[in-house]
Amino acid sequence: MLLDSRAPSGPIEKLWDQARFEMKLVNPANKRKHTIIVVGSGLAGASAAATLGELGYNVKCFCFQDSPRRAHSIAAQGGINAAKNYHGDGDSVFRLFYDTLKGGDFRSREPNVYRLAQISVDIIDQCVAQGVPFAREYGGTLANRSFGGAQVSRTFYARGQTGQQLLLGAYQALERQVDSGHVQMFPRTEMLDLVVVDGHARGIVTRNLVTGRIESHAADSVVLATGGYGNVYFLSTNAKGSNCTAIWRAYKHGAAFANPCFTQIHPTCIPVSGEYQSKLTLMSESLRNDGRIWVPKKAKDKRPPNQIPEDERDYYLERRYPSFGNLVPRDVASRNAKAVCDEGRGVGETGLGVYLDFSDAIRQFGVDLVRERYGNLFEMYQRITDEDPYKVPMRIYPAMHYAMGGLWVDYFLMSTIPGLFVTGEANFSDHGANRLGASALMQGLSDGYFVLPYTVGDYIAGTKLEKIDASHSAFTRAEAGVTELTARLLGIQGRRTVDWFHRRLGKIMWDDCGMSRTAAGLESAISQIRELREEYWKDVKVAGSADDLNQSLEKAGRVADFFELGELMCLDALHRKESCGGHFREEYQTADGEAQRNDEEFSYVAAWEYKGADQAPVLHKEPLTFEYVHPSQRSYK
Amino acid sequence: MKLILHVWRQKNPAQAGRMVRYEANDVNPDMSMVELLDVVNEELILKSEEPIAFEHDCREGICGSCGFMINGIAHGPEAATTVCQLSMRHFKDGDELYIEPWRAKAFPIIKDLVVDRSAFDRIIEAGGYISVPTGSAPDGNVILVPKDASDRAMDAAACIGCGACVAACPNASAALFTGAKIAHLGLLPQGQPERHQRALSMVRQFNAEQFGSCTNIGECEAVCPKEIKLEVIARMNRDFIHASLS
Repeated sequence: MLLDSRAPSGPIEKLWDQARFEMKLVNPANKRKHTIIVVGSGLAGASAAATLGELGYNVKCFCFQDSPRRAHSIAAQGGINAAKNYHGDGDSVFRLFYDTLKGGDFRSREPNVYRLAQISVDIIDQCVAQGVPFAREYGGTLANRSFGGAQVSRTFYARGQTGQQLLLGAYQALERQVDSGHVQMFPRTEMLDLVVVDGHARGIVTRNLVTGRIESHAADSVVLATGGYGNVYFLSTNAKGSNCTAIWRAYKHGAAFANPCFTQIHPTCIPVSGEYQSKLTLMSESLRNDGRIWVPKKAKDKRPPNQIPEDERDYYLERRYPSFGNLVPRDVASRNAKAVCDEGRGVGETGLGVYLDFSDAIRQFGVDLVRERYGNLFEMYQRITDEDPYKVPMRIYPAMHYAMGGLWVDYFLMSTIPGLFVTGEANFSDHGANRLGASALMQGLSDGYFVLPYTVGDYIAGTKLEKIDASHSAFTRAEAGVTELTARLLGIQGRRTVDWFHRRLGKIMWDDCGMSRTAAGLESAISQIRELREEYWKDVKVAGSADDLNQSLEKAGRVADFFELGELMCLDALHRKESCGGHFREEYQTADGEAQRNDEEFSYVAAWEYKGADQAPVLHKEPLTFEYVHPSQRSYK
Repeated sequence: MKLILHVWRQKNPAQAGRMVRYEANDVNPDMSMVELLDVVNEELILKSEEPIAFEHDCREGICGSCGFMINGIAHGPEAATTVCQLSMRHFKDGDELYIEPWRAKAFPIIKDLVVDRSAFDRIIEAGGYISVPTGSAPDGNVILVPKDASDRAMDAAACIGCGACVAACPNASAALFTGAKIAHLGLLPQGQPERHQRALSMVRQFNAEQFGSCTNIGECEAVCPKEIKLEVIARMNRDFIHASLS
């Protein structure tokens, strides 16, 4: 397998212009003759489908939800970064590029990240013109805030619902193309296989989630915009339906999977409260601007927080990181919360939580100012926990949030299967080993509005594709495979539900491939996952039938893929004998407990190639070179 | 605590539905309504019965997937709360909950609590957008938007498209949903060129989908989990009348 990034060479600020000039164009009159499939309708998928439709291609867009407007991009709260420098506070394209590369702990590709920073400014313009109600200053100009420890104000936002508003903008653009007849929408439809003919991605096989019908769709190119795989941990901030099935089935057809172990744990989530818990709720990390994080100094201290005197509290982030304090990056904050809980100093009934205390902020600024800044978040917290954060400190704990890893793509966002493009969280490309706040929305829209519409056209113009339709034998074979898998899941009729297995898989992943990892833990996780998977295929019970709406069957297929992905994540984490970004190996830390990167041996993208059900996957390495930014050790002391 | 659930079960649109009684023992007050249904479903699956079909996804009250009637109220008794965020501590031990799908001609039932809300997509498709081709936008700060207009547009844009407004309305009207989008875009300078045509097309589509008309009852506003105000309907009517007369 050849990993050619196809990134052009030359001065970095000219690369994207040059690449666009060199791309081949499709004659406008011919575009409608080309079918492009887009799977997923979140920011990356909806924006790509809308723009490709607008260009005149025949687009088919698929989502498993009842409407494209429900994709999980909608839940993003904080904002979207752009190097507009509207405040004259020293921001620039180069600074956003630098911050993103450094934040990713130097495990991403320079040309991709630079392009992302360049395009960031166009995204804001596009979204404003679409009517996204961004926050405004009194003079009518766009408002900004600083976010996630950035030293400049470059985050644009629409209250605490930025993802919702950006997604609705893209959704409306998409519906406009549906109205014009350029895009055909397939809601309640799940992709279950990729079809590759003569080495090129030529279509997909889907299941209609209402009728159960298995159907084939042929195309000239396939775009996967299916989001991240955080639900491998069962409990995460992802939507319940978010899954890895589309990218995993593509992996099995030869698309390399890059850096699967790079996952982000978000530090400020509401802790787990019981066995029934189905998901975790994120609280915006802006809370750390004024809240102080602490735990009791003594282990097993069960006193209520207001009875623990000041000198018996440990403000551990302020103690360990005097200059950044409570504002250290996500990975550092999460790891430290785990460490104090492991010492038995965690709070709340489960002992898995730390206090986020606003009493000093309330004393200093008054309750009104605190309410103005965080009122909606406090209300959300109270709604879920029934505790009043104006009176008692919040309890928070880290939760799985975002997958930096994903299918490997080149500069053109094409995977190792020609004609298969991957965008947004589903690919690995821009965030390295750790993503900065307010950068996920930026990447999804950059890929969808401004990159793919060019690069897919270049592929179509430059590739001679034989005309095929869904009667081709490759489709018939794929349909048979999908039908067989469904029948198999329904036929087991064991003693345990899908969720029972999923919770157990999630616990293994969280314990051994979560916030900190060790060789022994990962090896044990791999064997536990294998055992549990074997049990799954013998003892899972799926109710209902294959030919109507069956949510338990949908889940069963997704969890089957999570088992396999979980094992690959552990394998990747095991091989990466260094700590970087969200990947912390306990064996590789500095004397004072910080992550220790190993650039000499691990400055590469790990791309895994599937070799068959009983074969070990093969590791390929794309070396990372840094011409513009010199890798340095991150320090927040 | 213990709760008695009476849930609407209907295999498909062709077969008749009925209420079925379930007992939920060991209800944790911190659970959400949909987590309670998860627990009931786990037991049903193990008894080889079909689990209750209901829609949900983000479970944070923002995706708009979830929603059903609890004791006759869309999304249940708590104001400004979707069923995925409705915690069980609002109920008392021994309470009986009658759980039914949204009922409206324009929202045909698919199965159990799942209904077809694609009419909402078609209303947006009819004109709920600003026509701006990708890449043709001027710099974001060229279009100045007064803060007040932006804030009011955001109030209307907060709609999650869950359909509670339709379910609560005795006329099964989609006026709050349609009005929210017409208000969001019509309040902004970017939305002006298409403002009246938009109102005309969207309202025509909403009628074609067989939603009822608005008679200013206000049930929609009362159940809206995002607290969208009735005034968006007034804006819709104003823009529609203007467009119809010109």
